[in-house]
Amino acid sequence: MLEIIDISKSYESMEALNQISFSVAKGEIISILGPSGCGKSTLLSIVAGLTIPDTGMIRWNGISLTSVPPHLRNFGLMFQDNALFPHRNVYGNVAFGLKQLRLDPAAIDKQVSAILNMVGMKDLANRDVLSLSGGEQQRVALARTIAPKPRLLMLDEPLGSLDRNLREQLLHELRQILTKLEQTVIYVTHDQDEAFAIADRVAIMNAGQLIQIGRPRDIYEHPVSTFVARFLGLTNILEKSIVSVDKSNGVRISEKSLIPVSQPPPKHMKNPRILVRPRGAQLSEHGTLSGILAGISFRGALVDLKIIVSNELQLKFEVPTPSLIPKVGTKIKLELPSDASIWIEDDSL
Amino acid sequence: MWQATLSTILTLAIGLPGAYLLAHYNFWGKSILRAITAIPFVLPTVVVAASFTSTLGPNGWINRTLITWLDLETAPIILNHTLWAILIAHVFYNTTIILRLVGDYWTLMDPKMIKAARCLGATQFRAFLGITLPLLTPAIVSAALLVFIFNFTSFGVILILGGPIFSTLEVAIYRQTINFFDLEMAALLSVIQLICTLGLTILYARLSRKTHRPLQTNRLPSIRRQQLNWKKRISIVIVITILIIVLVVPLITLAFSSVYKFEPDRGERENISTGFTLNYYHELFVNRRNSIFFVTPIETILFSFRNAVITTLSALAIGLPATWMLTRKTRLTQLLEPILMLPLGTSAVTLGLGLLLVFSRTPFNMRTSSLLVPLAHTLVAFPFVIRSLLPSWTIINPQLRKAAAMLGANPIQIWREIDLPIIGRAILVAGAFAFTISIGEFGATILLSRPEFTTVPMAIYRYLSLPGALNYGQAMALSTILMIFCGTSIFCIEAIRPNAISEF
Repeated sequence: MLEIIDISKSYESMEALNQISFSVAKGEIISILGPSGCGKSTLLSIVAGLTIPDTGMIRWNGISLTSVPPHLRNFGLMFQDNALFPHRNVYGNVAFGLKQLRLDPAAIDKQVSAILNMVGMKDLANRDVLSLSGGEQQRVALARTIAPKPRLLMLDEPLGSLDRNLREQLLHELRQILTKLEQTVIYVTHDQDEAFAIADRVAIMNAGQLIQIGRPRDIYEHPVSTFVARFLGLTNILEKSIVSVDKSNGVRISEKSLIPVSQPPPKHMKNPRILVRPRGAQLSEHGTLSGILAGISFRGALVDLKIIVSNELQLKFEVPTPSLIPKVGTKIKLELPSDASIWIEDDSL
Repeated sequence: MWQATLSTILTLAIGLPGAYLLAHYNFWGKSILRAITAIPFVLPTVVVAASFTSTLGPNGWINRTLITWLDLETAPIILNHTLWAILIAHVFYNTTIILRLVGDYWTLMDPKMIKAARCLGATQFRAFLGITLPLLTPAIVSAALLVFIFNFTSFGVILILGGPIFSTLEVAIYRQTINFFDLEMAALLSVIQLICTLGLTILYARLSRKTHRPLQTNRLPSIRRQQLNWKKRISIVIVITILIIVLVVPLITLAFSSVYKFEPDRGERENISTGFTLNYYHELFVNRRNSIFFVTPIETILFSFRNAVITTLSALAIGLPATWMLTRKTRLTQLLEPILMLPLGTSAVTLGLGLLLVFSRTPFNMRTSSLLVPLAHTLVAFPFVIRSLLPSWTIINPQLRKAAAMLGANPIQIWREIDLPIIGRAILVAGAFAFTISIGEFGATILLSRPEFTTVPMAIYRYLSLPGALNYGQAMALSTILMIFCGTSIFCIEAIRPNAISEF
């Protein structure tokens, strides 16, 4: 088990990491999610031992790694743009880590071909790495990183530079390989789809702070703050000024629209806001929320709706596709489930 | 041959740690150090020789200090006319090349490569051996080869410091021509020389093309101020000290010697005065020894200046169209490129000999023309001009020209609005190079110049070969002037050079 305890790091005047603590269980895939520049890569670098933190410590199975140099940690790190060795071919890259273990050549040979086989690159062992396509380079980099059987695997935006189709395909393969190896993994990305698809738990970071950590579903259902909500694409956040408390267990957001929410907001919140979840709503004559349809996009069983509720407020919902799709500009009514809204902290200040 | 190999190895030994330092650390005064270390490369050979005489020669500062301290009769370090003198001078001369070529390449190397190797279980040493070294090899080899070419064709340093025992092909050619008037022998030696250097140059061109193979990724050189422990600090200080001793101290002693008088002049036995004096600079305006010079030293400066202006203009006049042609990729240019690069592979002495042979007989009898020297200088400067122009010219995106054309610019306007602003700085750099080279050129000049047209380096050479404190002092004074000039011009070049990997 990896423990990250109270890690802080600043560069000159800039604070890169501020008291980060969490742990990763054996065989767990944890994803660190955050916008670029939030300190994700610095954290990986510290865990790998390439960067020395100002304060805090890294422990593995209870033993501090502070004085262990990177090459003795047996952690694997796959870099953002692969950092393949341009002067070695595919085989030479994958074999590099094994050679450092001073295995005999026959054993290295066997392992390299087994791993190249696993990532589907066994025919390209003798290729020059610079002649490979982006996806192939990614596979070689993964193969190189997992070849020495690291006890912890860290991936820094491994699919960052690839186009969408390839990314989805590789993500799927990656998930299979990692699960098969029962590998402990830290997966850094700025893409929430990627994080949610691959991780057992997701840690969301912003500006050097750990904001929230939890299972993907929990985070999606209960984001702790407006930053997390917006980062996950949940934009239905109600400003204080347009909300007035209604006696019928909800808040009134316009003359004709009422949103159910538990009252009052939790006491520990300094700047409580209401987040309206887009899912679960239905088009209905008896709906409590009415507005003008501003946009509609068809996604199969669901449609995404954009509704102008009042001059200041536009909300997005996904509803089951009705038999008769309403036209843009018409007035519609939505019925929201009782758990449609939650209170979250506004941390955008 | 031996001398060249040894010099190259020594230069590498001193240059590589420096290259590492410049590529990886930011420290106070780094840019100054970088600029100062570039001075030796553009210094005229005679100035290098003069500064070594002033530092390590029998009357040099080190020997004087040792004599005074240890109360010795004679100079304890006799380096003049030994291999060591030549080696040290060559190291002084060429360390910059290693610093620049290898250092710049090193800066571009992605630090992630090393990090990746470390995470794969490689120790620092194995990561260096397995990753850094192989990646740097093309840069190191091509830099070393260039240093070797320069050492191999070294002329002025050897002529002045080597004495009669040590001789390169260059010096042999010169001696055959001037001392023995054996032009046939000289020509034969020149051909051998030409073949050797040409081979080496082609090899260099091949290799340096290889270093242009993209190192990929690390687009912005990321040098971060690192936390330094005391071990690193100490080793940095040591490397800087060595660099300063090798590269900077000779320059300072040279300047010092030009304003400090050690011993009375000849015929001045009565009132012996030593100490600081500007006398040597005053003497430059006086034509004292009519039998040796037809002109005062200060006039040599004017003559050199005139040469340099002519050289700069003509080198640019030929260099610009030549570069323009090289940027068009046609069959003709592929054929032309080696021919245009030929002067780089030819040594100055060989060039001088060639010109001497061509122009001493009809129909080109220009032997007595004062234009012969600038002509030679133009040929010497030409490859440097092209090398300065070509990189920034080739990086002009052809789309820019097309875009300008689509916006209604005619070809002349395109050239004026797109090409000229982009290569303007490169033209300035090329001009400065041509000027500096012409001012300091020695090898070709010594074969071609006539007493009435003496350049500054020639005058220094003659002063150095004459006995007496006054002559020595005047050599130092002229050398200092040249050094200051070259120093200024390299600072200018540094300041206006377009941000590209430096090439030589």
